[in-house]
Amino acid sequence: MLVFNFFLFRVVQTDPIGSLFRGRNVPQSTIDNLRVAFGLDQPIGTQFLYYLRETAQLNFGLSYQSRQPVWDEIVRAIPATLALVGISSILSAVIGTFGGIVAAWRRNTWKDHSITSSTMVFYSMPDFWLGMILLVLFAVVLGWFPVGGITTAGSNETGLARLIDQAYHMFLPALTLTLAYLGEYTLVTRSSLLDVMGEDYLTVARAKGLRDVRVRNRHAVPNALLPVVTLTAINFGFVLSGAIAVEAVYSWPGLGKATADAIRGPDLPMLQALFLLFSAAVIVFNLIADITYSWLDPRVEEI
Amino acid sequence: MTSIAMQRRRATASRVWAQFRGSRQGMIGLAVLLVFVAMALAAPLLADVRELNPVFARAQGNPQWAPPSVFPPLGTDYIRRSVWAQFVWGSRVSLFVGLAATVLTILIGSVVGIVSGFVGGKVDAIFMRVTEWFLVIPFLPLAIVLASVLGRNVWNIIFVIGITSWPSTARLVRAQVLTVKQRLFVDRARSLGAGGGHIVAHHILPNVSGLILANATLAVPISILTETTLSFLGLGDPSAASWGKTLEEAFVNGAMARNAWWYFLPAGLGILAVVLAFTLIGRTLEEIANPRLSRSR
Repeated sequence: MLVFNFFLFRVVQTDPIGSLFRGRNVPQSTIDNLRVAFGLDQPIGTQFLYYLRETAQLNFGLSYQSRQPVWDEIVRAIPATLALVGISSILSAVIGTFGGIVAAWRRNTWKDHSITSSTMVFYSMPDFWLGMILLVLFAVVLGWFPVGGITTAGSNETGLARLIDQAYHMFLPALTLTLAYLGEYTLVTRSSLLDVMGEDYLTVARAKGLRDVRVRNRHAVPNALLPVVTLTAINFGFVLSGAIAVEAVYSWPGLGKATADAIRGPDLPMLQALFLLFSAAVIVFNLIADITYSWLDPRVEEI
Repeated sequence: MTSIAMQRRRATASRVWAQFRGSRQGMIGLAVLLVFVAMALAAPLLADVRELNPVFARAQGNPQWAPPSVFPPLGTDYIRRSVWAQFVWGSRVSLFVGLAATVLTILIGSVVGIVSGFVGGKVDAIFMRVTEWFLVIPFLPLAIVLASVLGRNVWNIIFVIGITSWPSTARLVRAQVLTVKQRLFVDRARSLGAGGGHIVAHHILPNVSGLILANATLAVPISILTETTLSFLGLGDPSAASWGKTLEEAFVNGAMARNAWWYFLPAGLGILAVVLAFTLIGRTLEEIANPRLSRSR
């Protein structure tokens, strides 16, 4: 019931926002015949119904820049973003969680201090700036990696060779995003595990004579991972919108770069559709986070 | 306010300061922050503002794309402007936008949180729905959309950051208000005939202000980073160049292909240092305001 409410009011509310900034903005920036063409001379109620119908059919109009249907452009950009940000999210979640566990278990040792402070440094810098530095260092100065794009220009490889080429192009942006996302997971895991470490049942486990590693892996970590699971699920919702600036730096042809290009226009139909898609992704993954959480932690249902 | 209450406040402040002084990370953060604040305030003494004008830079005979060894201290950019001047004057804009946006964030968040927590009932339900809704829409895309609709200007950026980042503060403050509201002294004040306004001002607010302060310090980094990203994406104010704007210009004009590290390193390091400083201070304040945390750390 709770979940249902949660879902309903969000879906209903996302649409008006989209139509609102469309209706408000187009008249400023374009001429009157565009108003008629986009149906903006209609009363707001009619406009809204029209908008709902079009959205249901995934018809978001033409992009101002390319004169192509917006939805086609977006669909073309989705795989690149999913691959890049998906891989970086998984890597950073795994590495970050592991780092957080080590830091908490060896609290106040040099291991803890080096893990915590290095992740905080990565967490505190703009992700695209990290990308710029890595790009200059590894692509411009050392020449180990390509400077951008997703495939080598002019190559017409297919199959495995193409895949390898793409992976090679993905290395630097993926490294950037992984480093940028790490901090959050490390810090959350660390503080959550520290909370658990004060609990009585760990003392009991130790009193039973269990080895330290077993206490950690079997008793402490599973309970400490709850917030991390939520964080991961929520962050996956941001996967689609997560790498706008970094994609722009590496000219990675995904949704982020599409957003960055649309801003320069400004390409309003494009921005509007992207925003709708990003919101939808967040809503869906929030729902998943809620469900996973109540499934993992039975106490949630009591509330 | 009675003098007893004043004395108590002063005692609390000095206790917090004593605890803060004992924290190494807090003091490091404070020192770094003070350096940058001093730089922002003393900008006219450190660099001539005319250095930001490409016409002036050309008339001065500055070289183009000069590394620091040729044009100390930080070289020049694609239109011969001194990078050092951009760094010094950019610190003003970045710090100002970061702080102003945070003030707005905290103001909206605290008002919503206090009203929601204190009044309760229907008001609470409506406010929390709105908060949840803001919490769930993707923050950066919303900021981008708003910024591109509103136009490129410092105040719009501040407004955009404020309007998109208040919900977490509101939730935190509301939770704290709910616990404070249950305390005996609130009942006592009410039975002595105190009205809602008095209770909020004299009993609720002093008890949530520590939390609000810690939260504000931790919100500054987010504001600064958001401003940087928005500027980098071309939504910054063209007439007030922040560090993010410098990074954008460096990127767009090919500083990376030229390996002009002196152009894009300083601004990024400045952001890193300021953000880190606020994070360190904020975490220290949070530990002081919430002793449960400091015991476990």
